[in-house]
Amino acid sequence: MTPSLQRHLNILDFALSSLWRRKGKNLSLLAVYTLIIFIIASIVFFTQALKREAGLVLQDAPDLVVQRMVAGRHDPIPVSYATAIAAIRGVSEVTPRYWGYYYDPVTGANFTLVAADDPQLKPEAIAIGSGVARTSRISIGDFLPLKDLKGSPVLFSVQKIFPSASELVAADLIQLRQEDFLRLFDFPSGRATDLAVSAGNPAELETIAAKIVHDFPDTRPILKSEMLRTYDSVFDWRSGLVLVVLAVAVLSFIIFAWDKATGLSAEEKKEIGILKSIGWETTDVLLLKSFEGIVISLSAFLAGVSLGYLHVFFFSVSLFEHALKGWSVLYPEFKLTPVIDPYLICLLFLLSVGPYIAATVVPSWLAATVDPDAAMRS
Amino acid sequence: MIEVIEVSKSFNVGKVNQFDAVSRVSCRIMPGELTILKGPSGSGKTTLMTLIGCMARPSSGRIVLSGIGAGSLFGQDPDAAIEITSLPERFLTGIRRSAFGFIFQQFNLVRGISVLENVMLPAYPTGVNHKVLRERALTLLETFNIARHAQAQVGLLSGGEMQRVAIARALINDPSVIIADEPTAHLDSRLSREFMALVEGFKKGGKTVLIASHDPIVYDSSLADQVVEMRDGALVDGSLP
Repeated sequence: MTPSLQRHLNILDFALSSLWRRKGKNLSLLAVYTLIIFIIASIVFFTQALKREAGLVLQDAPDLVVQRMVAGRHDPIPVSYATAIAAIRGVSEVTPRYWGYYYDPVTGANFTLVAADDPQLKPEAIAIGSGVARTSRISIGDFLPLKDLKGSPVLFSVQKIFPSASELVAADLIQLRQEDFLRLFDFPSGRATDLAVSAGNPAELETIAAKIVHDFPDTRPILKSEMLRTYDSVFDWRSGLVLVVLAVAVLSFIIFAWDKATGLSAEEKKEIGILKSIGWETTDVLLLKSFEGIVISLSAFLAGVSLGYLHVFFFSVSLFEHALKGWSVLYPEFKLTPVIDPYLICLLFLLSVGPYIAATVVPSWLAATVDPDAAMRS
Repeated sequence: MIEVIEVSKSFNVGKVNQFDAVSRVSCRIMPGELTILKGPSGSGKTTLMTLIGCMARPSSGRIVLSGIGAGSLFGQDPDAAIEITSLPERFLTGIRRSAFGFIFQQFNLVRGISVLENVMLPAYPTGVNHKVLRERALTLLETFNIARHAQAQVGLLSGGEMQRVAIARALINDPSVIIADEPTAHLDSRLSREFMALVEGFKKGGKTVLIASHDPIVYDSSLADQVVEMRDGALVDGSLP
């Protein structure tokens, strides 16, 4: 082993010994620092996961959705409109969609029911999201009773459970055949929930939307770009809240680091003087203090990030879900799909470990650059 | 040899409370000899020793070291003469580490760590293997008859034991010059004589020893080769041989 490496190991050994010597103070620092990083990491993981979910929600959304409005409220749209809309220049396809919500009084959750054109789906069989399976405690082969409009239970057998690439998309989803959907809700004949419209050229969508409104004044076309804006505003609102929490956490960290920076005790200053007087260079003292800072901040970072990960992806952000999830608490309980952005983790690392080490090293550097005699007398 | 030429040290320079701790002191400390700085408290003994030991810089004057191995730090003959007054900090540290061993009046041991760690501490930055260092420290502790306390915390030791730990620490890097500041201030007369017996061992080992003391057991000792008296920051006339 080279003398340089051995020097580092010797000083690291002494740094660990020094940390243990002041274990009360250092364990308190570690706990506070871990808590701050835990809060920041939870927020970062949560917003990243939500943004990913939102991206997946919109990924397969149609270019244009046409709804019928009656007295300012959404009403089933006549399927006959589809033929007329398909005739508009630039429209490539119009598909009637059948979907609705079902409140399950047993579990207290809202499910989204969608009529699927999946030929593999058998009559009175359903495909369900993992949230439905979890909430209703059912799996493939089990039966799920749903009440029709007259209050009579209709048993559906679970044929498939959706893989949870996105819980927000699929967690509350129940897919069933179109005739089962129409019968369950006693849906008016010749009507659909809305129409999904595709265009060959996305640049023509606004013109197509204008023509639809002109031809069918009782309809409301919704462009995908408008949905994106709505989602953005929802997430921006949440991001705003997140920003406030993040700002508080960062402020706490700055106060904490500042307190640490100005908190070099007389005993620590004298110890630096002793080390210098017995032959330690300023760089040796800085290495010692850097090691101490790295051990504390790295431990806090790893513990904080790991706890944040568990908190968000295994315990469903239980500490601040009501503040951050909003309406989605009405949802069947869903777990966010783990997603880690290495860039944000690196940024969190630099913003947490870097300032702490600086806050540890700078006052030590100031103490170590004076004559050892002066440092010992101070 | 350590040559001190017209050295002065002032604190709070330019302020109303300016204090001249050492004023135009010149003396020579010969290799392998025991030199004693005697004088009352506040006479400037400790300040002069910190200047010689590269722990502080003089306000004026020069200090030249030769024959103590400091030259090797500059790629020269180890016994070459080096003027330390204007050296950058890292060279002063290098000299302090390799050539001097300090025994402080208050011992200045690091509390909360073991006796063994305290002794090893000056050698950590030298890059010596930890195991080798440990063996070396244990040998020194055995020499001073305190190896049984190797794992004890220094705060639990008696004054005499703490001083022996401080001596072992001063010797861990095998320095050629031992500097001791009021080493018997906290010892009774029996322990003070024991300390002087250790000093005799240093001399026999060829080390240069510089002690600041106002204890008669030290400055009246027959071991002393030179006694330099200080008062009010200056040498008392005729104190140099």
